[in-house]
Amino acid sequence: MCRVVDLQQAVLAKNDTTAHHLRTELAARGTAVVNLLSSPGSGKTALLERELVLARETGVPVAALTADLATENDAMRLARSGAPVKQVLTDGLCHLEARMLGGHLDGWLPEDTRLLFVENVGNLVCPASYDLGETLRVVLASVTEGEDKPLKYPTAFGLAHLVLVTKTDIAEAAAFDEDAFRANVEQVNPGVEVLLTSARRGDGVGALLERALDAANGAPVHRPVMAQQHHSTHTHTHAEPGETSHDHLHTHAGRGEPGAATDASGAMAQTRG
Amino acid sequence: MHEMSIAMAVVGQVEEAARAGGAVAVTSVRLQVGELAGVVPDALSFCFELACDGTVLEGAELVVDSVRATARCAPCADEWAVGMPPQLCCPLCGEATAELLSGRELQIADVHWDEGPAQRRTREPISEER
Repeated sequence: MCRVVDLQQAVLAKNDTTAHHLRTELAARGTAVVNLLSSPGSGKTALLERELVLARETGVPVAALTADLATENDAMRLARSGAPVKQVLTDGLCHLEARMLGGHLDGWLPEDTRLLFVENVGNLVCPASYDLGETLRVVLASVTEGEDKPLKYPTAFGLAHLVLVTKTDIAEAAAFDEDAFRANVEQVNPGVEVLLTSARRGDGVGALLERALDAANGAPVHRPVMAQQHHSTHTHTHAEPGETSHDHLHTHAGRGEPGAATDASGAMAQTRG
Repeated sequence: MHEMSIAMAVVGQVEEAARAGGAVAVTSVRLQVGELAGVVPDALSFCFELACDGTVLEGAELVVDSVRATARCAPCADEWAVGMPPQLCCPLCGEATAELLSGRELQIADVHWDEGPAQRRTREPISEER
């Protein structure tokens, strides 16, 4: 007998639930996660190195986890700050998922960590879809990448709590048009803060740490328009004519923004990685 | 290319529901994919076929319903298709007042499956027939 079953389940519900639990667990021990997204080569590691050094100097307990397809180069660079650092090799996977992050934190993340910076795989497409349990999602773009980057990767920029422009020391050489970049960010994520940084010159260094600490201390975080879509929940099963069953299958509709409460089943996602 | 991860999540969720519902074969899965979901339907279809192999979904058809992204500005009482790249500032007042109505869907809508003969429900007679 053929049946049509109205599942109405968000595909990423399991990741979202895992992320929600991770955020809650980490918050209970005083840790906030900062998820850093950018294209390869945009300067995530260089800026993070500076921020970690600053955090150590000012006594903020920080840690960093960096994900790449291969090599431990980034971890070696970040470890120079003296902060606890972990390299995750994704073996080709293009993004991190909440379950993977949680697994890597077990037995590694020092108890007193206030801020955990997660340097996601360099990619502006896939990581955008996965909430990692972060409190602050930061998207970075260097001045050499073109002012239209936010329009080309609207999901990544549209879901950011904070946008950082990097390598401003070469902005002039790259003919970077700041106004155009800001207008493009505004189009996909109205109201999000855009900060200019140069890790090499030290401009804007400390801003990321400051915003991350504010968020960790419970200051309101920007709410992107793209993260605010409300979904209707609707749970029932259609049987073929003549049937009257009402099998209530588990339903979770609605992918909220990172930070939004979700209540889907706590089972782990079944993806590899 | 995270479509493989998405496809595996779809297959995992449908498998669970099918097991709970006593299905022996899933014949089709209908997905709603919003314009702003960040998923490429063609890549997803390709991955879906691979992810179904060796499961109760083997051979199942993937039907993708694309959902247009729309937004609303409450003060202007205006609604618009945000397009791609999306325009999320109100086109009338230019302010950051937009509220996204649709476009982020990545949702399993419905699933067609066959139940084995063992699961066939017997019709209970209604009281007047007794």
